[in-house]
Amino acid sequence: MSANKESWGSRVGLILAMAGNAVGLGNFLRFPVQAVQNGGGAFIIPYLICFLVMGIPLLWIEWSMGRFGGKFGHHSTPFIVDTMHKNRLWKYIGVFGIWTNIAVASYYCYLESWTLSYVFHSLGGTFSGLDQIGVSNFFDEYVSLGESTFGIPYEPIFFFVICLLLNTWILSQGLAKGVERVAKIGMPLLIVFGMFLAYKGFTITAGENGAINDSSVGLNFLWTPNFDELWSPTVWLAAAGQIFFTLSVGMGTIHCYASYVRSKDDIALNAMSAGWMNEFVEVVLGASILIPISIGYLGIDGVVDLVNKQGGLGLGFRTLPYLFYQWGDVLGAVAGVMWFGLLFFAGITSSLAMGTPWIGFLQDEFNWRRRPAAWSFGLIVLVLGMPTVLFFKYGVFDEYDYWAGTVSLVVFALFESILFAWVFGMNKGWREITSGADIKVPGIYKFIIKFVTPLLLLWVFIGSLITPKGGDWAGALSNGWELDDSSIINKIKNSNLKRQLAEATDPAVIEQLQDTLFFVNASRILLVVVFLSIAALVYIAYKKRVREGRI
Amino acid sequence: MLSTMLLVTGAMGYFFYRVLNTPPKPEPDSFLDNDDEIERQAPRA
Repeated sequence: MSANKESWGSRVGLILAMAGNAVGLGNFLRFPVQAVQNGGGAFIIPYLICFLVMGIPLLWIEWSMGRFGGKFGHHSTPFIVDTMHKNRLWKYIGVFGIWTNIAVASYYCYLESWTLSYVFHSLGGTFSGLDQIGVSNFFDEYVSLGESTFGIPYEPIFFFVICLLLNTWILSQGLAKGVERVAKIGMPLLIVFGMFLAYKGFTITAGENGAINDSSVGLNFLWTPNFDELWSPTVWLAAAGQIFFTLSVGMGTIHCYASYVRSKDDIALNAMSAGWMNEFVEVVLGASILIPISIGYLGIDGVVDLVNKQGGLGLGFRTLPYLFYQWGDVLGAVAGVMWFGLLFFAGITSSLAMGTPWIGFLQDEFNWRRRPAAWSFGLIVLVLGMPTVLFFKYGVFDEYDYWAGTVSLVVFALFESILFAWVFGMNKGWREITSGADIKVPGIYKFIIKFVTPLLLLWVFIGSLITPKGGDWAGALSNGWELDDSSIINKIKNSNLKRQLAEATDPAVIEQLQDTLFFVNASRILLVVVFLSIAALVYIAYKKRVREGRI
Repeated sequence: MLSTMLLVTGAMGYFFYRVLNTPPKPEPDSFLDNDDEIERQAPRA
């Protein structure tokens, strides 16, 4: 029998853990940048439509798949999907639900460790007195494993290991005593910190503390709709992509958490509550901090330039710590602690979720106890994560993020939506969604889940596979289809890197690019090996079940 | 901007309120409550 007898302590705890799983760094760093780059206020229209016709259906699909698998004692996607159809291959599709989490945790925990480190640097006054370039240089020095202001040798590795130990220890405490307890503390604190910073973002006045714009300039820049962009497939693709990242669908974590829900309990209302909580954090808090504060002090042109060069991550780590100190030393330190503290809570509630499918798999299939299973997760993430720390400048981090954190989500979500609506069957699927429901699920969703969601996912996948150059879909249709470097096909071919290599003349740049090409390919091989290893474990587990007559 | 923020905040508040105010389901205590015969890998309905 499985050693896995865990359950959630309370309904609110489950919802906060699910919301914490969804709320991540992307809510604060990715969403506002996506909005700025894709039509400002007009972006919110496709974004909310994608939430209604793709996000909510996927939440209901994943919650009900998880609870269904949990009835048979399964708590990870390979055997959860295996309960839904006789075809033996489905369980190997379910491998995505473990692999994605291990691979994403490997770089995500490193990112999380930056936020932890920056909390201490904000407390210690590291950024006090530094100008904008000084703060930016600190970041470069940090990720290059340079000299630490705390005097800790290899400080990023130190914080990475601390962060991993913390995650592993919490996971080893169990679902109710570990994950749920952290969510109950972390989520309210995150919302309080976010509301304080959003208040500051809303009340910047030009001429005060060095601000050059009122808050309204940044908020208008973010929210003024550019309706010309509304018909661009690129904008819709970006909106659909953002819904994926923000809800953590297509990962396997929701299935895992939901598999611990009792078979007669509601999932329809729980999914809505957790999903809308994530939307609140993203649309209300996430949109009110990064961009309004940055534009208040740097102006629109300055921020657009920074966003194009550094993205949301750069803006959050290289610029905001400097801007906070415009409010004075004390408030600057407090705001820094709150900003990186909320990012840390957003990160840890997500990374904890990433550990649970692997732990559930080992408990269910190999009778491991929770503690050793949790420590095995920590060890795997340490081994897989070290390349992202040591070879950050060679793009290993980005490579993990692209394949595990982006492409894999779409692929798995596409498969699971087809499995649920067409293979498992929509009638049975609908019964699963509505069974024990504490709200009336609108009947229109039967049609949406069966037709709209899989088609939209297929379009997102194909659109990402063959993205036309410059996102010019109309031009590509009339003038021949030239692939953009961001398309999956050109990514596989390393087109961008090879072009840069062909154009480079400086020997140092050529060497850097050649090293990058090597590490990019090595990262992919490593990720494939991990996937195949998990698939092999699933095969062994299946044979074990057959031998024991449990399948 | 404000209408979007109010819509999202309102939806979050409404669903969370429903969660807090829905009485918990009683533990199944009879055979009838537990007699669902769900079949693993059942053929398509």
